[in-house]
Amino acid sequence: MTTQAIPAGNGAPTFYVTEEEHHPEGGSTMLGFWIYLMSDCLIFACLFACYGVLGHSYAGGPSPREAFELPLIALNTAMLLFSSITYGFAMLAMERNSRSQTLLWLAVTWLFGAAFIGIELHEFAGLIAEGNGPWRSGFLTSFFSLVGTHGLHVTSGLIWMIVLMVQTVQKGLIPANKRRLMCLSMFWHFLDVVWIGVFTFVYLMGVLG
Amino acid sequence: MSADAPAPHHDTPTGHDHTAAHGSLKGYLTGFVLSVILTAIPFWLVMDHVFASPGWTAVTILFLAAVQIFVHMVYFLHMNTRSEGGWAMMALVFTLVMVIITLSGSIWVMYHLNANMMPMTPSMAMNAP
Repeated sequence: MTTQAIPAGNGAPTFYVTEEEHHPEGGSTMLGFWIYLMSDCLIFACLFACYGVLGHSYAGGPSPREAFELPLIALNTAMLLFSSITYGFAMLAMERNSRSQTLLWLAVTWLFGAAFIGIELHEFAGLIAEGNGPWRSGFLTSFFSLVGTHGLHVTSGLIWMIVLMVQTVQKGLIPANKRRLMCLSMFWHFLDVVWIGVFTFVYLMGVLG
Repeated sequence: MSADAPAPHHDTPTGHDHTAAHGSLKGYLTGFVLSVILTAIPFWLVMDHVFASPGWTAVTILFLAAVQIFVHMVYFLHMNTRSEGGWAMMALVFTLVMVIITLSGSIWVMYHLNANMMPMTPSMAMNAP
């Protein structure tokens, strides 16, 4: 940001900002949102560290090998991966300014995301029904915290997606809506990146022993 | 920000500012195919017990996860050194340093704490204050 000095009447320089109009509304939203995602990344780092520390404290409860069903996790991973590519298609449709196709791909993404949450809740319900809830052992506490936090993020993303679909229906693909959709795109792909860590570090390495 | 015009950030009007960074159909499909391969291999390695040594399997799947995270960053999150005038990359590098310190520090310290603790039977742990 540059300033220029103009001599006022009494000879003392007065400073004013010359580039005010070059910072329109939302100009720094993407960087701000990226920094939010990075702070979210630190939350997940702490939860991963907790799991790394407590992940072998079974307290006589089940080990990951007994608690996890890998085929279910593979299905869940596929759901999230498909939702990532369909969100990408929604962004491409948005760039073509095609409202109907954007909404269609967002709806497909929403369904994949909802399937992911459904499968995860099914897994959690199964564990709790067997008495292996988060209270059972340090391993299960850290597992439920980490995977549950990720699930809550995906759930927020699903709610956000509905809000944006309603806004797109009402106002069309105006610049503000495009900016919001791009933020959600970053959020959604970021959650997929976190899930790579979850399925590798928690599920696959857990079953490995 | 447009990839081929390295103009200063504030010179491009909002609305068209970041659209060029959102990649192409080819980019998304490349990323997707790579992710499917990089997801399928670790699941196959673990579920079919391909390697005899669990240690080698662990190293391999951690490596594949790192590669897949890189693929997602490039093809889905469109990270590059130019986006947001380099500040996005700067924030990412800072966060990675923090993440590595948090993870390796916690696991290292707590492993040594556990290793130096007096051995405890489950019944002792149950009756601990």
